[in-house]
Amino acid sequence: MRLWLVTLIAAMALVCCGCKNRGAVNVVGSTSVQPFAEMLAQEFAKKEPGVRIDVQGGGSTAGIQALAEGIADIGMCSRSLERDEAARYKAIIVARDGLAVVVHPSNPLGNLTREQLRQVFSGRIANWKAVGGKDARIHVVTREEGSGTREAFTKLVMKDEGIAASALVQESNGAVKELVRTDPGAVGYMSLGLAGDLKCLSIDGVAPSGETVISGQYPLVRPFLFVVKGTCRPEAQRFIDFVLSPPGQKLLESEGLVRAQ
Amino acid sequence: MRREKIISAVLATVAMSGIAGLSLITAYIFKEGLPIILRVGAGKFLLSSTWAPSEGKFGIFSMIVGSLAVTAGAMVIGVVFGLGVAIVLTQFCPRRLAAALKPAIELLAGIPSVVYGFMGVVILVPLIRDHLGGPGLSVLAASIVLGIMVLPTVTSISVDALRAVPRSYSEGSIALGATGWQTTHMVILRAARSGILAAFILGMGRAVGETMAVIMVAGNTAQVPRSILDPVRTLTSNIALEMGYAAGDHRSALFATGVTLFVIIMILNTIAMTVSRRRGQKAGRK
Amino acid sequence: MRIPPLVAQRLIASVLWILTAATIGVLLFIIAYVLIHGLPYVTWEFLSRAPERMGREGGIFPIIVGTAAVTCLAVLIAGPIGVVTAIYLTEYTREGRLTAIIRFGADCLAGIPSIIFGLFGFAFFVISLGMGLSVIAGALTLALMVLPTIIRTSEEAIRAVPYSYREVSYGLGSTRWEMVTRVVLRSALPGISTGIVLSLGRSVSETAAVMLTAGSALRMPQSLLDSSRTLALHFYILAREGISMNKAYATASVLIVAILVINLVAYWIMRRFIAKTG
Repeated sequence: MRLWLVTLIAAMALVCCGCKNRGAVNVVGSTSVQPFAEMLAQEFAKKEPGVRIDVQGGGSTAGIQALAEGIADIGMCSRSLERDEAARYKAIIVARDGLAVVVHPSNPLGNLTREQLRQVFSGRIANWKAVGGKDARIHVVTREEGSGTREAFTKLVMKDEGIAASALVQESNGAVKELVRTDPGAVGYMSLGLAGDLKCLSIDGVAPSGETVISGQYPLVRPFLFVVKGTCRPEAQRFIDFVLSPPGQKLLESEGLVRAQ
Repeated sequence: MRREKIISAVLATVAMSGIAGLSLITAYIFKEGLPIILRVGAGKFLLSSTWAPSEGKFGIFSMIVGSLAVTAGAMVIGVVFGLGVAIVLTQFCPRRLAAALKPAIELLAGIPSVVYGFMGVVILVPLIRDHLGGPGLSVLAASIVLGIMVLPTVTSISVDALRAVPRSYSEGSIALGATGWQTTHMVILRAARSGILAAFILGMGRAVGETMAVIMVAGNTAQVPRSILDPVRTLTSNIALEMGYAAGDHRSALFATGVTLFVIIMILNTIAMTVSRRRGQKAGRK
Repeated sequence: MRIPPLVAQRLIASVLWILTAATIGVLLFIIAYVLIHGLPYVTWEFLSRAPERMGREGGIFPIIVGTAAVTCLAVLIAGPIGVVTAIYLTEYTREGRLTAIIRFGADCLAGIPSIIFGLFGFAFFVISLGMGLSVIAGALTLALMVLPTIIRTSEEAIRAVPYSYREVSYGLGSTRWEMVTRVVLRSALPGISTGIVLSLGRSVSETAAVMLTAGSALRMPQSLLDSSRTLALHFYILAREGISMNKAYATASVLIVAILVINLVAYWIMRRFIAKTG
């Protein structure tokens, strides 16, 4: 019994030790930005081994929430900020990413217009043959409401219409990718940088790729943001500077993103 | 004597803090959740199937149906297989084999729910999609996965209940010329009824509470499902999916969902308590 | 058409045996599937290195540490408090409405979905108390989650001790505390240990509540305020995101083996103490 008492007191002492300097820089938010931030954090650790960067997911809006409540030093966002958010926080563009519309490899479709895309995702078109595909039901896959990817998609494609209430909801890019990869009737949207070798549709005749995103031809592009509240800690600032620096941007490019500018 | 008083005081303090912690959770959940239920109106909150937090609409009916459907399906599987295995273990199985099988079944309870969910995604969902239709992510998939997860609970509590039936019951029945199965279903099962009901209710509680496995295989569509092949969202999945980014009224609505679940569990537990009390009275009557 | 009883017996028995075989079959299949796909990748390197490239390469050492930290701390907090509460409720208070209410409350809380504890932990520990996504927030949340179960199982175990034991102890002149520690607890120990070990198993498998309180950081936690990832969560992320199936199965294998060991230990404790006292 004495042993656990000692352990508990030691544990509390450890807690207080951590209290003084909240060691890790917490980067929280978009699951689209997360893998890239994690990669950058690993590179950054080689430069500055003393600084610890912890990257967590949760979604873009969760990242903003975490920022607001002081849990995070940097929020990751894969959409542009709303007006009230922009008033309270500072957004730093760290990269640009295309929004890929992905389908199963066996899907014969190659292109969709933006209008068709909207009708498919709002549920007005329910069968693939209406857009030139096989005679099969369309399984619409979407992200959860707090997702920046979903917000970006809604803003770029859906305009005022909502995504169908009957759409399957998955909670991350990876989950969408896995689902679309195995379901022949599925269609979803995800970060181009993470789509890998999954089949992406052309939109309005333009195929998504690094070049078409840079040139602006590919219509579905959204920013990757690091969002901060006021002035952040020096360690966090150094990480942001690293991300914006040439080696950081080069790393992002090599992984399929487009540099911030 | 004084030492005893000090010990008593220390124990009381620790116990009080433990109980205080648990009361804190209960109070917190109700404090956060109740206001919005009252504001939106309990009827509208529970019976409206429009869940659109961004528009301020908080109706959880589709998710109540989702939880009910998935739980009902899970209990069908849990009871059929769980009770079946329990009957085999106690009535038709040689002692030594039963002693080896029981811990093996309880091992099922130790496998993490995310592993079940993943197995469901990799094997069950494509199976349903290719052979039965629909997207595969469905009430059926969630029911099967949950049923398997609930099985060990139902089995082990049923085994305890069946074993508690006095041997004189089965001996008397066989002496009257009944076969094993007749004895089982006319005498033993009836005698162990309340224990089996307790197993059922406990299993149901577990099914209602499962989150991760359901998120992976149910499709998470916030609509009332119209067939078992339709995707569905449960109350717990809803909380898990939206917790990270919910703020203000939205977060209160999630706490309100928690209040709903709390009340459901309280009702289930009350039923279990009255059933076991009646069983105690019955046993006392002998 | 009446089926003769012996035929019905044969029929039902076959059906039930098929059900049992199916159940065992599913169990073996799941465990075999995970272990076959995962064990080949569980190397010493895997267990001792840190994850790289989001878990695509490297190992799971910090995650093992994180899991151990969160779950052991949770049980260290909830165990003593739970057992003491059970002792107090059974030995030091009289049966009445208050104890009945507390018992009902504990039963209810033991049945509450774990995600609600996660929701509370997130709103209270992480945000209100300002702990952030941290090991301590996760441990406290898990502690609250398993506390009701520990209280109830300990209470049942203590109540199962025959009253005569207590009478004999008093008759020999012991104080209440001596009676509790030397007689009651010793007899109730198998039941109490089983409850605690099962709570440990439940904490290890918990995913959703941990994700939102302890976070999902990949690096080694250096203080209790650091965020950390648990094995179950790591498996979920690796498998769900398609990052690395091999590592995912390997993580799941480690997890299943750990839980198996925990369950075996519980079984062994039970049998040993029953042999001793029985």
